Amino acid sequence: MKHDSSLRLHIPESRFRPGDVPDFNYLNLPKAGVAKRPKTDAKASETRDLAYGLVRVIDDAGAAVGPWDPKLDPETLRKGLRYMLLTRVFDDRMFKAQRQGKTPFYMKCTGEEAVSVAQALVLNRDDMCFASYRQQGLLIARDWPVFDLMCQIYSNTLDRLKGRQLPVLYSVREAGFFSLSGNLGTQYPQAVGWAMASAYKRDTKIAAAWIGEGASAEGDFHQALTFAAVYRAPVILNLSNNQWAISSSQGVAGGEETTFASRAVGFGFPGIRVDGNDFLAVYAVSRWAAERARNNHGPTLIEHFTYRAAPHSTSDDPSRYRPGDEYQRWPLGDPIIRLKGHLMRLGEWDEARHTALMAELEAEVDTANKKAQKLGVHGGGPYHDPSTMFEDVYKEMPWHLREQQAELALFREKKP
Amino acid sequence: MVEALNSAMDVMLARDPDVLIFGEDVGFFGGVFRVTDGLQQRYGEQRVFDAPIAESGQIAVAIGMGAYGLRPVVECQFADYIYPAFDQLVSEAARLRYRSAGEFNAPITVRAPYGGGIFGGQTHSQSPEGLFTHVCGLKTVIPSNPYDAKGLLISAIEDDDPVLFFEPKRLYAGPFDGHYEKPVETWAKHAAGEVPVGYYAIPLGKAAVARQGEALTILAYGTMVHVALAATAETGVDAEILDLRSLMPIDIEAITGSVEKTGRCLIVHEATRTSGYGAELSALVQERCFYHLEAPILRVTGWDTPYPREFEWEYFPGPLRVAEAIRKIMAG
Ligand SMILES: Cc1ncc(C[n+]2csc(CCOP(=O)(O)OP(=O)(O)O)c2C)c(N)n1
Ligand SMILES: [Mg+2]
Repeated sequence: MKHDSSLRLHIPESRFRPGDVPDFNYLNLPKAGVAKRPKTDAKASETRDLAYGLVRVIDDAGAAVGPWDPKLDPETLRKGLRYMLLTRVFDDRMFKAQRQGKTPFYMKCTGEEAVSVAQALVLNRDDMCFASYRQQGLLIARDWPVFDLMCQIYSNTLDRLKGRQLPVLYSVREAGFFSLSGNLGTQYPQAVGWAMASAYKRDTKIAAAWIGEGASAEGDFHQALTFAAVYRAPVILNLSNNQWAISSSQGVAGGEETTFASRAVGFGFPGIRVDGNDFLAVYAVSRWAAERARNNHGPTLIEHFTYRAAPHSTSDDPSRYRPGDEYQRWPLGDPIIRLKGHLMRLGEWDEARHTALMAELEAEVDTANKKAQKLGVHGGGPYHDPSTMFEDVYKEMPWHLREQQAELALFREKKP
Repeated sequence: MVEALNSAMDVMLARDPDVLIFGEDVGFFGGVFRVTDGLQQRYGEQRVFDAPIAESGQIAVAIGMGAYGLRPVVECQFADYIYPAFDQLVSEAARLRYRSAGEFNAPITVRAPYGGGIFGGQTHSQSPEGLFTHVCGLKTVIPSNPYDAKGLLISAIEDDDPVLFFEPKRLYAGPFDGHYEKPVETWAKHAAGEVPVGYYAIPLGKAAVARQGEALTILAYGTMVHVALAATAETGVDAEILDLRSLMPIDIEAITGSVEKTGRCLIVHEATRTSGYGAELSALVQERCFYHLEAPILRVTGWDTPYPREFEWEYFPGPLRVAEAIRKIMAG
């Protein structure tokens, strides 16, 4: 047998770059309805096929098929549609606000609405969510007012975070939404800790965490899986594989030869890969994982297979690194259009109602936006008093911060 | 400054086949700040490539490559995201030479944009240099202009010890003196904005005189060099401004020489104050120049809080605060 005389370094590259015509046939997507549904106390090994496969419920004709069909009533389906639409309308409005200079920064979750909205409808309101910056849908589905989010985005006088945080890095304890960090991955193991505390206290609450496929390369991701497995923490670990981490394809994060869901199997607990653009599938798998956690069977890793339709953020220009029409060619479609199609097939929805709902949500967002902008926007104010920046560094302000606070006040008086 | 840094890496990739570059988004895309733009296209995917988002892994892998004999240059997307790699830098890169009695070393360069000025909030604005100057075995370099950036980065890559190379992101596009209300300037008109095409190196450990003067010495680096220049002009005080460039190793002769001449010393940095690099500078000056000092040494720094996003300019130690300190020292 002949051998290569020298070693070679493999560098993963994205399949498609600007100028290429994306062809997603290589994904070999399984059909809706074929994935088996094990009991919620399943061992990791029983979820092997699910970790490498793809749970899909809504078929190409819009019907719900297979053992994962959550059999939701039309009321719940319409609720899901409404929240996903509201998330999208809100995102579009805030993106525009950034372009108008009212906020320096925004991040949309377009195409990934189901990932957060469907799970929010499964969770109880007091289950704590440790989200990433792309799960605004959680707050929206928990009926947290978009007005409050806008105040944070504009850093105005009603920004509960007092102008300290980057827009979209919310914290809403009241809605079971943990303070967002700008550092990727750090909160994933914290969710496990929160879940462990709940178990320690013999409480009934569970935790849920979200991470991007890109950030799942961080050590924190693997530590979260270790602790979740070791202590059978009542936590749902979600991973949104939207194919991109800014300009890097999911292959760079380690998805070239395997799935992200399969990571869990190696750690000893179930991993399930789900069509993240299929509201019913995300709902069903989330419910499975929640039931498992609530019954002391431990964690689940859910890989939401989806696509980041929007730019990474308002600072990003994806036309530099991916084909402009890649999303149009994405074989798993748009979560809103797919749920709408399903509802229409059931005879529970029609175009007229859709148009009316759209108009209603746009008006709702517009009203909230006008009200929020009146209270101040980035660059123009009014804001909180800058002296508040010295608060909350510690519970009690030490002498040196009091001195610095006084010094700032002095300079602000002198400022021409 | 972006082009200057790009040129430094271009030069080194061309000169030395053992130089390679990786980090988040640095490959096809050319980096979120465009600093590695075109390098993958020129030198291929084997030499310039994207890394998984795992800073600890990136630095650890670089150490392994460096021990083999390569000269990896890692881009950490923001200095704020270097902390996952803290252990690899502090316990490993910094001590490899020492613990192996010179058998192994880690000739790695870690580039990271630092500092405020772009409304990035607490996770896109930090100045963590003091955490690393505190660690023996690491070198820390911070340029203040394109000419220096290129020459210093080339030296950093050629250096046989691990070098942290912090790039003042607010200076990427042009000089910035803290007057945020003024129109943005580019480097085009700046004396140090012109960057020769080929190879040149500026030795690590050598400060530069940004302004000669007799009345007091201002120790600065990075963005704060420009702030100090503006504050000096506004006060009319004949200050001597040292651009330290290299925080470790530190040009002690330049510092003592200047302070002995002027008898007064002001230290400025954007990083938080307590236990910051300024404290080390202040101690050095006090220990070595005490009998020359005619006034207490003062520090102007960022406040001891995280960088509050909307209050960027209330936080940033701008020319107003620096000028006030200059006056105070001159009165002392
Ligand atoms: C520790 C850390 N490293 C780097 C970054 C910079 N960064 C912010 S988002 C991002 C890409 C994340 O991609 P992914 O995890 O796939 O999430 P997505 O944006 O696709 O939702 C990077 C590199 C960061 N915020 N934190
Ligand atoms: Mg991603």
